[in-house]
Amino acid sequence: MVLEWQDFKSDIFVDWCPGCGNYGILAALQMALAELNLEPHRVVLVSGIGCSGKVPHFVKTYGVHTLHGRTLPFAQGIKIANPNLEVIAIGGDGDGLGIGVGHLVNAGRRNVDMTYLIHDNGVYGLTKGQASPTLQRGLKVKAIPSPNINEAVNPIMLAIASGYTFVARAYAYDTKHLKEIIKKAIQHKGLAMVDILQPCPTYNDINTKEWYAGEDRVDPKTGKPTPRLYKLEELGYDPVVHNSDEDLGKKIAAIEKAREWGDKIPIGVFYKNELIPTFQERITKRIPFYIENPPAKQKICDDEGLPVTDVDVFFEELKII
Amino acid sequence: MDKGFNWMAGGPQGSGVDTAANIFGKACGYGGLYVYGRREYHSNIKGLHSYFHLRVSSNEVLANVNDVDMLAAFDAETVVRHIDEVVPGGGIIVDESQLNVKVLEIPTLPREFKVELREHIKNKGIGDSLADLLTDAEKRGIQVFQVPYMDLLKQIASKLGIEKLSKITRMVNVLTLGISFGLLDYDATLVEKAVRTTFSEKLKIIEMNMLALNLAFDYAKTNFSKNFSHRLPIISTEERRIFLSGNQAVAVGKILGGCRVQTYYPITPAADESEYIEAHQILGTTVLNMKAGVVVIQTEDEIAAVNMASGAALTGTRAATSTSGPGFSLMVEGLSWAGNNEVPVVITYYQRGAPSTGLPTRHGQDDLKFAINAGHGEFPRIVLASGDIRECFYDAVMAFNYAEKFQLPVIHLIDKALANSSQTFPLFDIKRIKIYRGEVWDDKRLEGIEYRRFLFTETGVSPRVVLGTRNGVHWYTGDEHNEFGHISEEPINRTRMMEKRMKKLETIEKEVPISERVNFFGDSDAENMILSWGSPKGAIIEALNELHREGFSLGFLQIRMVHPLPSEHVRETLKRAKRIIDVEMNYSGQLGEIVREKTSVSMNFRILKYNGRPMTTTEVYEALKRVLTGNAPERQVLMYGS
Repeated sequence: MVLEWQDFKSDIFVDWCPGCGNYGILAALQMALAELNLEPHRVVLVSGIGCSGKVPHFVKTYGVHTLHGRTLPFAQGIKIANPNLEVIAIGGDGDGLGIGVGHLVNAGRRNVDMTYLIHDNGVYGLTKGQASPTLQRGLKVKAIPSPNINEAVNPIMLAIASGYTFVARAYAYDTKHLKEIIKKAIQHKGLAMVDILQPCPTYNDINTKEWYAGEDRVDPKTGKPTPRLYKLEELGYDPVVHNSDEDLGKKIAAIEKAREWGDKIPIGVFYKNELIPTFQERITKRIPFYIENPPAKQKICDDEGLPVTDVDVFFEELKII
Repeated sequence: MDKGFNWMAGGPQGSGVDTAANIFGKACGYGGLYVYGRREYHSNIKGLHSYFHLRVSSNEVLANVNDVDMLAAFDAETVVRHIDEVVPGGGIIVDESQLNVKVLEIPTLPREFKVELREHIKNKGIGDSLADLLTDAEKRGIQVFQVPYMDLLKQIASKLGIEKLSKITRMVNVLTLGISFGLLDYDATLVEKAVRTTFSEKLKIIEMNMLALNLAFDYAKTNFSKNFSHRLPIISTEERRIFLSGNQAVAVGKILGGCRVQTYYPITPAADESEYIEAHQILGTTVLNMKAGVVVIQTEDEIAAVNMASGAALTGTRAATSTSGPGFSLMVEGLSWAGNNEVPVVITYYQRGAPSTGLPTRHGQDDLKFAINAGHGEFPRIVLASGDIRECFYDAVMAFNYAEKFQLPVIHLIDKALANSSQTFPLFDIKRIKIYRGEVWDDKRLEGIEYRRFLFTETGVSPRVVLGTRNGVHWYTGDEHNEFGHISEEPINRTRMMEKRMKKLETIEKEVPISERVNFFGDSDAENMILSWGSPKGAIIEALNELHREGFSLGFLQIRMVHPLPSEHVRETLKRAKRIIDVEMNYSGQLGEIVREKTSVSMNFRILKYNGRPMTTTEVYEALKRVLTGNAPERQVLMYGS
C-alpha cells in the first residue's frame, strides 16, 4: 500500500497560532513518513512539553506526549525495548537545550538509532514568550521585560560534541527541504538530530519569517531581499565521514559552519557518520539475539503463567549446600 | 533464646572485611548452620572503618543479636569501636603490633566518638593504649588473642618467594579467618572449600590464600585453642540451601518475573542489584532454542532512569528501575506521569538513612510516607514492602504482576538492612510463582474496532495494547486525556477519568487476597499486637517467639502491601488487642500514623530506631518486654549499634 501524507493526519484540531512554524514541521513530518512508506503502527512519535509537545496528537501514529525535557529518555526506552519501531523524538529548544539538556548530551553518547527533531524558535511559547536557551544574548523579544542576559547555546555544536552521528538544520517554512532532511534523519543509522529553525509569530518579533527571508536587506540593484538562509549542499559541502580518519576534520568543519549566524545561516546536513556503532549494535554484541528477540517480544511465561526463565544458574551460584 | 555464635570482623574499608565475612558465612553454611550477616560500611572507598556482624546457629536465624562472641580485628580501631559488644566468654583477635597504639590518636575516629572514648577511659581510670583497653576487657572475662600478623605474612612471603610484603598485607583478612576457625577447632576442609568458591577461577590467589589460611589455622590451634570454649556444630542435612543478599534476591526475582529492561543511576545501596543483573544478562529458558536477554542501562540520572523504564514498559516489556531516596526524589515527576498514563513500571526503592544525602550507607525506613504520597496529584499506585530477603525475591515478581494486571506504577520498598545483609535459606520454591500480565489485546482482537487506550470500564482497568501493534494506534499524554489518549480539559471527561483511575484502588481491594497483603505471626487473639513493616520483621519474630516461651500473649501484624493499605483487615486485627505496639525504623512511626489515618486505630506504644543501624533481636525483645511488663514509656527509641 502506498501511503499519502493524509494517512498520517489525526482528527484532532490543530491549535497552534496562525502562522506558526509548527505547521510547516507537521506537514513535512507527515510527508516524510508517507514518502518513506512507514506503516503508522510501526511509528512512535515521542514529545516533550510545549507547543511542539502536541505534534503526536496531530499525527495518526503511536504518540507519546511526555514531560518537559524528558522526550529523549522515553524515546530511548521505547526504542531499546523494541528496536523494530521507528522512533521519532520531538521537543522544543527550551525542552531539549534547557531543562532536558543533560539527556540531549547523554543520548549522544549512546547513539540509539532514532531521530530527534528540535523546534527552535528562541522562546518559550506556551508560557508566553520567555527567552529560550537558543535566543542570542542582548535580544529583547516581545514579551521579556529586558534584553536576554544569557548567551545562546548552539544546538549543532552541542550535538556534535555529544556524539550525535547525524546533525542537521532546516527551516520550518522551507517544507520541501525540511521533509528531505527529516527523511535523511530517519534513514540515518544512528542518532540523528535536526535543529529546525522556526519563527514564533506571537512571541519572537526578531527572528521572524521576514527576518529569515532577509526583507530588511533589500539588494538595491535588484530590489529583492537577500535571504539569510543558505543551503550547505549548494556549496558542495560534504558532511559524510567516509572513513574514521576523516572524522575530526568533518567535525571541525561542521562546527565552523555551525558558528555562522546573523547574515548567513546555513541549513542542511552538517555532519553524518555511520561508522560509529549504534546502541542497538552495541547491545547485540552483548546479547546476540537482541534484534530478533528484543525485550518487548520475549516470552516470559507459558500459557499457564509459569515463568520460562531458567534461574538455576543463580541458585547454583548462591548454593551453600 | 538461642543466640547462636556471633562473629564480627572489622577493619578499614578495602582491607577485605566483606570477603572474610563471606568466607566465614559460607564455611558455616557448608557445615549445615544457618547464617545471618549484616554488613556495615562508611560512605568511603578506602580507609574508614567497616565491619560484618555474622550470627550462626543450628536453628534458623533471622536477625542479629547484640552479642559478639568473637571479634576479629584487622586494626586497632575495630577493637576500640566494638570492644563493649564482646560478651564475657568471648574473644578478641588482635594484631600484636597494634597493642601500643594510643587509641585517642587513631586518625579515622571521628571527634564525637573520641569525646565519648576519652570520658570512658577517664571514668574507668585506665590508660589510653590499645593494650590498656584489652586488659580492661580481660577483667570482664574476655580472652585476647594476640597474633603476630607480620611474622605470619613474612613466612608466607618467603614460602611464595614474594619480596614486597606490601603485596600480601591484604591477606590479613584470611589470616584472621584461619585464627578464628582454629580457635573454634572447626572443620578446616569446609573453610578451604569456602576460600575456593570465593576466589573461584583465580588459581594463584586460591593457592596463596590457602597457605595463609592453614598457617593461621595451625598457629591458633597450637597457641590458643585450648583456651577458647566456643565450638560450632556441624549439622548434616539433606536440605538444599542458598546464601544471598537482598540485592541478589531482588535481581533473581526480577529476572524470573520477566524483567527485560532495567535502568539505573549509580546509588547506594541499590546499584549492586543492577550490576548483578547485568553480570547475568543472558539466561536460558524452558522454551526450546530460546534465550532470555536483559538489557541493563546506566542512565545519566534518575529522571532518565524512570522515564526510560516507562518508555520500555509501553512496548509491553517488563521494565524496572532501582534506586534509593535521593534518586527517587528525582523520579517523582516521572512517577506522576506513569500514574496518569497507567504505565506498569516497577520502581525498586532501597531506603537508607535520610533526609537529603543522610546516611548513604546506613539503614533507615524513613521513606514510607514519601513512597506512598510522592508525585503531584492523585493517582493509584501499589507500594509493597518486603520484610526479609525471601520476600524481596517473591515481591520482585509480584510487583510486575500487580503493575501489569492493574496498569499502574508499583514501588517495591526495600531498605539497606535487607539489601546488604546475607542470609541462608532453603532453596526458594519457584513452582508457586505465577506470572499474570493482565488483559492485552493483539492485532486480531483489534480488527475493525476503534481502540481506546483509556476505555472507561467497571474495574478502572482498560484492555491494554502495546506500542507497535497493528490496528491499535493510540496516544499517551501527561495532560488529562480522553479515552483515546488525547488532551481533554472537559469537566465531565476529567471527572470520569479521575474516577476511572482511582477505581483501581477498589479493584485491588476486591482482587488481591489478604494473604498477599499482610503476614500474621503469633496469637490472633493476643492482648498485645505488634504492627510493623519491612526489615524489622526478623528481629520481631525472634523476640516474639522468646516472649511466647515466657508466657506472654503476643501477635504480630506485618504489612506487606503498605499501599493501598488493607484497612478493614488491619482495623479488625488491631482492635481485638488491648495494646498496639508500633515497631519501625524511623522517627515518627510512619506506618502507625497511616494506620490511624486509615482505620482510626491509634498506636499505644511505639518502638522506634533511627541511628542508622538495624534493630537487633535483643533490643526488640527488651523493648517489647518493657511494654508487656508495664515498664515502658509510650515511645522507646532504640540505640544499639556501632
